[in-house]
Amino acid sequence: MAWAETFLNVLKDNDIRLVPYVPDNVLTPLIKGVTSDNFFQPICATREDEAIGMAAGAWMGGVKSIVMMQTSGFALIPNALASLTVPSQIPTLMVISERGTLGEFNIGQQLVARTMRPVLDTLGIAHHTLTDEATMPFIVDRSIKQAITTQAPVAFILSPLLTGGNPVAHAKLSA
Amino acid sequence: MSAAIKVMNRADLTKRLVSKLKSDEAVIGGIGNANFDLYAAGHRPQNFYMLGSMGLTVPIAMGVALAQPERGVIALEGDGSILMSLGCLSTVATVAPRNLTIVIWDNGLYQITGKQKSATGAATDIVAVARGAGIAESHWVTDEAHFERLIERRYDEGGPVLLAVKIDDAPGVGQTPRDPALIRNRFMKGLGTSRAGDLDG
Repeated sequence: MAWAETFLNVLKDNDIRLVPYVPDNVLTPLIKGVTSDNFFQPICATREDEAIGMAAGAWMGGVKSIVMMQTSGFALIPNALASLTVPSQIPTLMVISERGTLGEFNIGQQLVARTMRPVLDTLGIAHHTLTDEATMPFIVDRSIKQAITTQAPVAFILSPLLTGGNPVAHAKLSA
Repeated sequence: MSAAIKVMNRADLTKRLVSKLKSDEAVIGGIGNANFDLYAAGHRPQNFYMLGSMGLTVPIAMGVALAQPERGVIALEGDGSILMSLGCLSTVATVAPRNLTIVIWDNGLYQITGKQKSATGAATDIVAVARGAGIAESHWVTDEAHFERLIERRYDEGGPVLLAVKIDDAPGVGQTPRDPALIRNRFMKGLGTSRAGDLDG
């Protein structure tokens, strides 16, 4: 998909190589992209906080990374952000596919999604909701550079407006 | 688990381990007693001390190991903490970084929170778990002499390795400075990845 390719090109331009992720339907084109390109080292983690720890270690070892997860996965990582990356001043880059809105069938996804932005705001973590391919490269490129320069995490939230949302969810709503 | 496994002391073994390091290996000290004893064994620039994020010792160590494949990386982790994140052992086995060594200090207790019994003190054999996860080189350490032999090796190859050690319930003997940004900065200096500048002299 074009949006995924555009996103990955920005990562390449910024030398983001390690990609710890927890699988997700909407993230599939990104995961396929990093898996089929030797520039990237994708690693499938068992939990999202594990991926955050790995990215923190890689940063300290001199390799830049971005963690990919779904909204519900973000709900597993506030402690890792609050007790590791934020106080250590580690620029954790995150991309979160947004569920729970604009056509969600799962009540649990709807509830957990509401915790995401308040948690990010509470921790003082910059976040940008990406809604269209035209503005995405500017937002992502500038924000990655800002995160690294200021040694602070940043989260990119992939809106269904950009990705089309979860096809499974869409099918269930339409059935 | 064999019955002939001696109960040892974490501070003592940590000192022995640190004294054997020859190639600026990175050592990640897990939250609580694991990093307190690492600090007490004598600070070195390649030490990272975790002040939070329980369960992430091995993931952090794996990130360092992937970023610096020529450097040996050692994770010092407690039983309670690894029980919180057993899934990471599967990731380690799958990715198989040859320069990663994991040491599990197992006293079967959450020592630091009031000595509550952990699952490894009741039913769970952490070496069996690690082998089941796919880390073939997972071993119980039988006594201090065995530990000395096992750590007398190159850490940049032959991994991933997991060494599980039965330890007593002694608390950590040191107190790491509670400054995560300073710890991270010093660690990166030790790994050669910090921003260079005249501020450091």
